[in-house]
Amino acid sequence: MKRLAKWRLFSLFAMMALILSACSGKPYLSTLKPAGEVAQTQFDLMVLSTVIMVGVIAVVTVIFFIVVFKFRRKDDRIPKQVEGSHKLEIIWTVIPILLLLILAVPTVSATFKLADVGPMEKKNEEGKTDALVVNVRANLYWWEFEYPNQEIITGQELVVPTDEKVYFNLIASDVKHSFWIPAVGGKLDTNTDNVNKFWLKFDSEKAAEADNYFYGKCAELCGPSHALMDFKVKAVPRDEFDQWATAMAEVKEPKKAETDLAQAGQEVFNNSCIGCHAVTPANTAPEAARLAPNLTNFGDRDRIAGILDHTEEDLKDWLRDPETFKPGNKMTGTYGELSEEELDALTEYLMGLKVMEQ
Amino acid sequence: MSTLAQKKGFGAVLWDYLTTVDHKKIAILYLIAGGFFFLLGGLEAMFIRIQLAVPNNDFVSAGLYNEILTMHGTTMIFLAAMPLIFAFMNAVMPLQIGARDVAFPFLNSLGFWLFFFGGVFLNLSWFLGGAPDAGWTSYASLSIASEGHGIDFYALGLQISGAGTLIGGINFLVTIINMRAPGMTYMRMPMFTWATFVTSALILFAFPALTVGLFLLIFDRMFGSNFFDPAMGGNTIIWEHFFWIFGHPEVYILVLPAFGIFSEIFAIFSRKRLFGYSSMVFATVLIGFLGFMVWAHHMFTTGMGPIANAIFAVATMAIAVPTGIKIFNWLFTMWGGSITFTTPMLWAIAFIPSFVAGGVTGVMLASAAQDYQYHDSYFVVAHFHYVIVGGVVFALFAGAHLYWPKMFGTMLNEFLGKITFVLFFIGFHLTFFIQHFLGLWGMPRRIFTYLPGQGFETSNMVSTVGAFFMAAAVIILLINIVITSVKNEKVGNDPWGDGRTLEWAIPSPPPFYNFKQLPLIRGLDAYWLEKMEGKKGMSPAEPLGDIHMPNNSFIPFVISFGLFVAAFGAMYRAEHSWGIPVLIVGMLITLGSMFVRSVKDDHGYHIHKEDLEDTNDKGVKA
Repeated sequence: MKRLAKWRLFSLFAMMALILSACSGKPYLSTLKPAGEVAQTQFDLMVLSTVIMVGVIAVVTVIFFIVVFKFRRKDDRIPKQVEGSHKLEIIWTVIPILLLLILAVPTVSATFKLADVGPMEKKNEEGKTDALVVNVRANLYWWEFEYPNQEIITGQELVVPTDEKVYFNLIASDVKHSFWIPAVGGKLDTNTDNVNKFWLKFDSEKAAEADNYFYGKCAELCGPSHALMDFKVKAVPRDEFDQWATAMAEVKEPKKAETDLAQAGQEVFNNSCIGCHAVTPANTAPEAARLAPNLTNFGDRDRIAGILDHTEEDLKDWLRDPETFKPGNKMTGTYGELSEEELDALTEYLMGLKVMEQ
Repeated sequence: MSTLAQKKGFGAVLWDYLTTVDHKKIAILYLIAGGFFFLLGGLEAMFIRIQLAVPNNDFVSAGLYNEILTMHGTTMIFLAAMPLIFAFMNAVMPLQIGARDVAFPFLNSLGFWLFFFGGVFLNLSWFLGGAPDAGWTSYASLSIASEGHGIDFYALGLQISGAGTLIGGINFLVTIINMRAPGMTYMRMPMFTWATFVTSALILFAFPALTVGLFLLIFDRMFGSNFFDPAMGGNTIIWEHFFWIFGHPEVYILVLPAFGIFSEIFAIFSRKRLFGYSSMVFATVLIGFLGFMVWAHHMFTTGMGPIANAIFAVATMAIAVPTGIKIFNWLFTMWGGSITFTTPMLWAIAFIPSFVAGGVTGVMLASAAQDYQYHDSYFVVAHFHYVIVGGVVFALFAGAHLYWPKMFGTMLNEFLGKITFVLFFIGFHLTFFIQHFLGLWGMPRRIFTYLPGQGFETSNMVSTVGAFFMAAAVIILLINIVITSVKNEKVGNDPWGDGRTLEWAIPSPPPFYNFKQLPLIRGLDAYWLEKMEGKKGMSPAEPLGDIHMPNNSFIPFVISFGLFVAAFGAMYRAEHSWGIPVLIVGMLITLGSMFVRSVKDDHGYHIHKEDLEDTNDKGVKA
């Protein structure tokens, strides 16, 4: 009997593993390919609860099929009218309570573990934290990532070091959004009222499997382009992150364009774009003045507006008419019509905004 | 219909329904209006699935999609599921307790017309500048920011129809407390009546939270207050609490009557009394009670902190226990029974695995730490459709087939009914099962499109194909209704042959006074007890006497219409000069008709003993 139970449990796990590996989604996006401690904790809970629940379903299914096949009407007799059974009723009250306790204990412990943001509160003499902190500000329909310790700001593409806890302050500047990197950990809302805090950890091996890019999503309905409010997460080793942060911090003045075309583009940019888009990473401007994504390292990024491929053609399409790509965005109509020459120049300039030598 | 049964013209029938206070006719009104909104919500669901069938689709635009998804949810919950449940409560509950009508027939009519005008108002938004677009939850920051009048339609429309629901709930409570037939103790009430009772109590306590939330929203949007503006000292999280303090019990308001309908079906078609009746009653009450303790599990990612999250997680898990008790009691009702697979029974049997699947994912969602992954993803969409379609909609289909003969005096075609069942059952699982995985793979809910290359393509196409199966099933049901109504083959008191409760002891449809003499109730499953002792019907508990009946009234219609007019005034007040006058005129219509109702004595009328004696033979024949 014991062996049988063991065998059944084993086969159950084997089946679960098979099902989960057969359809577990993309490594850069799926919660079933956990790429960090938070997602792993949540994945383990999923497996535990799924096993319990499959057990419950199995019991119900067995009784269900016995009933449906054995007690079909065969003659016109009136069956015995049974009032109930105290013994049975106690069994199916107590066993579910025990099963729920098995799930409740790890749930509560994980809930507290995932909410532990102690290290981001501990400041050293300089007023900085030892842990890496990122302030996330969600906007219609773009993301701003501010690194208060490094005193730099970037947008749309979050850069983080792997294998260490990264702490997040989350807020929204217009309506409520929700910050979600499915492969790395569950979401937390960006409220308009208050700052929410949590941490995530990015696993280096899993990051390599996902080509170092994870997909981030807005998970709270926020308007027409809610579906398109994606961001990307670049997870790199700590020293590479430090290089990036240093290179960013070194940009004190807007980068000078090198070619003639790019210089023309910079002029267009200074006339039409700079009112909203900054090209220096310093976090000196107040939040209310930061109306659009910071473009300091635009040329290094993987996507345009979080959704389009990072090519010159896509950039020109986006600049011609952002409305067709992100309905309801705040960029449409804030600058005049751009001629094809201006578009060429602007594209050349923007694509040259890089901080990393490659 | 006794002496009054004469062929009436269309106008007379219409006037009869506009003024009726008879619970059976109001049930039919709820069924028609709820059915209409169900088709509307279903059409919106089809648009959603067509848009999501392939990536980067442009079947509908982004803004329009948000309007459709908002109206799909709002319509299905408030204007389809609830009214359809009210239809069965109205049609069956007074019969089950041996009453001649509900406690306040006038209010019953008022409740319907308020719901109806609220629903019409809400849907007029499609033609007047755009529907609400902030989701059925209408979270405050987005609903305040939303341009146009969509959210105004939402807030005002739901306020009006919500008042109707609240009135209906109070009416049912009073009816069940006061109007049970002699011998019908609480612990002899049929399970559906118990479900109605607990549901009405939930309505009584849950709807005021929505009413308050909607009033704050109305003030913020139309009258310049700042309850939900953080910059002005307001707070958007308050809306989430108000909404879910209402919204979670609302789930049980929908599903408890569904449980009630299934409890009746399992007993009837297994020819067995409900297994563990008293624990079923206990479980129903406990679910209703716990339903108020768990609202914040919808807000695990709002940032309430680990203490609140842990408490609400454990409280939510606790609900699985009484629900489990019910599932096993149903299974053991069938155990040892003599099961016949009629259409209602097929729905009931299919309900068990479908609802258990929705229930177990509910426990997974209750576990706060993992919910951070599920929340606002397609996993949640799959979960609540398993609960609401697999639980509530299955029950509505089952109830429609079960009670159709009692409401209309003729049976729906069993063959077509089974085709509807098979198509819908396949379509339902095809549509929603795969959505669990879409959510786990990282697809957020409420997105109007998705980019290719994320692994969502095939599964979304599968889901859309499933939706078409469900649509086909509903169309066949409509054909079934038309065919049945045209044929109109009359049936007797107990068309299923195994009826157990009082409603099956009287003609189908029942005479307008229901019971000539109030029946004497001698136990649970009163009619079954009499049948087993070889009797034809119930023993009367009183001598034949005059019956006091209420008069029809047009006033409920006018009261509701006044609020409908006033809502337009409130909404356009800021931009049109006629806003304020229209608001005042609307309120005057409502208050004036209430005044007329108050000062004009309406004592009703009596059906005389002699007239009842005349119909004696007819009653037996029917």
